[in-house]
Amino acid sequence: MTGTLNTLGYGLAAIGPGIGVGIVFAAYINGVARQPEARGMLQPIAFLGFALSEALAILGFVLFFIAGGAG
Amino acid sequence: MTTSLAALGAEGFQPPEPNDFVFAPYFDSLPWFTRPTLQLLLSVGVIAGLFYLTAKPRAMVPGKLQFAGESAYAFVRNGIARDIIGARDFKRFVPWLFALFYFLILNNLYGIIPYIQFPTMSVVAFPYVLTAISYIVFNVVGIARHGFLRYVKIMTVPSGVPFWLLPIIVPIEFMSNFLVRPITLSLRLFANMFAGHLLILVFALGAEYLLIESAGLLKVAGVASLALALVFTFFEALVQVLQAYIFTLLSALYVAGSLTEEH
Repeated sequence: MTGTLNTLGYGLAAIGPGIGVGIVFAAYINGVARQPEARGMLQPIAFLGFALSEALAILGFVLFFIAGGAG
Repeated sequence: MTTSLAALGAEGFQPPEPNDFVFAPYFDSLPWFTRPTLQLLLSVGVIAGLFYLTAKPRAMVPGKLQFAGESAYAFVRNGIARDIIGARDFKRFVPWLFALFYFLILNNLYGIIPYIQFPTMSVVAFPYVLTAISYIVFNVVGIARHGFLRYVKIMTVPSGVPFWLLPIIVPIEFMSNFLVRPITLSLRLFANMFAGHLLILVFALGAEYLLIESAGLLKVAGVASLALALVFTFFEALVQVLQAYIFTLLSALYVAGSLTEEH
């Protein structure tokens, strides 16, 4: 079997942001379910939290290609 | 796109690779004039034309077209600029955010529009420039509002932090606000478009290879791969719109952050 360990590494690195994004949207859904009129206020916050946790996965994705190019 | 031909002619399956995002220039004398550049120029024309058409009637009671244009404008003006930046200062930033949002949305959606099918923003130079504009805007606005030293203080020293924590907090805040912000802002857009296009390519090229090159049961897998390519195309539509929204939202948020008195 051939391939690069970067793929496995990125797969592992995506676990954390995946859980993070899940928590963000779980909290958002919870908030909207409890208080539907707060949706407009919660939406930008939810997407902000989503973007910030996703940034980690994005950094890993870019490093995947940087390290792949070097190796 | 040369990959489809390469995959057919070569011995085995060739997965898509970063080289698929590099295009040869149309004219040798203009090395910058490649397909993404052409798409970019086209998008400017399309957006300007569409919004000119919707704004031209300028009727008191808007028709369908004008209503659509005004709704699109109101989404950015009220939903992003006013809600994030605040009613006092937002008007100056509406033209920039409005142009940014629709520019991004069209350039991202290029990824799933037939015959174009390449998101412009998956070439990293374009997100870099858009991020540079956002970076300059929020820094210049903050310096103009507070003065240089006070602006740096607002950005690096959060209020209510005990003084013995400052040696740790100040470098972290400086890194996060001046160095990590532009990097994540540009790479988020780039990597989402890049990864999404790669994902569609994997399933589309895989389906092509399995259906044409292989025999027997593998053809069934090819059908499944084709179905997944379709599913991910719809998924990408969602991601592309979402990323345009997030980029604009974060730009507005950074501007709002450098305008506030308290950190």
